[in-house]
Amino acid sequence: MSIAASWYLTLAAVLFTIGAIGLLIRRNVLVMFMCVELMLNAANLTFVTFARRLNDIAGQTAVFFVLVVAAAEVVVGLGIIVSIYRRRPGATADDIHGMKG
Amino acid sequence: MTQVLAATIPDAITFVIAAAICVLGALGVVLARNPVHSALMLVMTLFGVAVLFVEEDAQFLAAVQVIVYAGAIVVLFLFVIMLLGVDQKEAIERDPLPAQRPVAIVVGILGLVEVLLLARGHWPTGARSVSGAIGSPAANVGLIGRSIFTTYLLAFEVTSALLVVAVVGAVVLSRRPRHVLGESVPPAGPAVTSDDEADGAGDAGPDHAGAGTVETVSAGGEEDSGELADSEVTTP
Repeated sequence: MSIAASWYLTLAAVLFTIGAIGLLIRRNVLVMFMCVELMLNAANLTFVTFARRLNDIAGQTAVFFVLVVAAAEVVVGLGIIVSIYRRRPGATADDIHGMKG
Repeated sequence: MTQVLAATIPDAITFVIAAAICVLGALGVVLARNPVHSALMLVMTLFGVAVLFVEEDAQFLAAVQVIVYAGAIVVLFLFVIMLLGVDQKEAIERDPLPAQRPVAIVVGILGLVEVLLLARGHWPTGARSVSGAIGSPAANVGLIGRSIFTTYLLAFEVTSALLVVAVVGAVVLSRRPRHVLGESVPPAGPAVTSDDEADGAGDAGPDHAGAGTVETVSAGGEEDSGELADSEVTTP
């Protein structure tokens, strides 16, 4: 007998919470991006857990697509960060308010 | 804890160790001062999640997790950190919202408690999908491949379009503008428009930075015209 699914879900919830709190309390844009990756991984863990519990391969397929979207998101996000830093070095998330009304 | 102990001993040991690695890595990502340490802690968490994937009969996803996430995405993070410099202090002292941090922690913990309460049995899952069962661990790759290339073929093709868009977007975003517009170079502050000139601009002061770009552009033009002139001179 393997580990019950609720333990995996608990771990995923803890990981997601840590990522969300980190996204809110950090000011470095790169670290905020890493916290988004943490939250995505927590969601992936939930997908895989339910795939095993329901005996359904679709959960693992969903994780595959999440991985692809995460890769694309990281590429575009890091491009944006590089262009921002090139324009104003040392910018934190609070300095990027050019679109504030 | 009884459920963990009810599992077989190797499974329980693997889960506990991998979960500890995941949580420690996640805390390290949030708490590390240096962004490089955050990236390395992120690798630790990703490896822990990969171990849990193997534990849950998702062997293909575990391999992809290590290759794509730890091998590509985190390396991309490290490249950007090294490119931009790591010695940047976070501006905590001039925080525009001083109450955000404690409120964020409280809200996050409340959300965690809520999710944990909801996870005690309330699992609405809906109808089964048509993708098939998980099957044996040896057939994992084949089953995922069949699922992707039959049931989710349209999503897979759209994914390829998404990747192309992401590549084009990254190139367009990080491309250096050829003609420097007036608004893109602020008059005050070291406006670094080129990585090669970053050191020189920092030494010579902020006024030199804008002029340096113009000089290089004009120098390039002169070089071309000079070569043309030389060829014209030497041809006859």
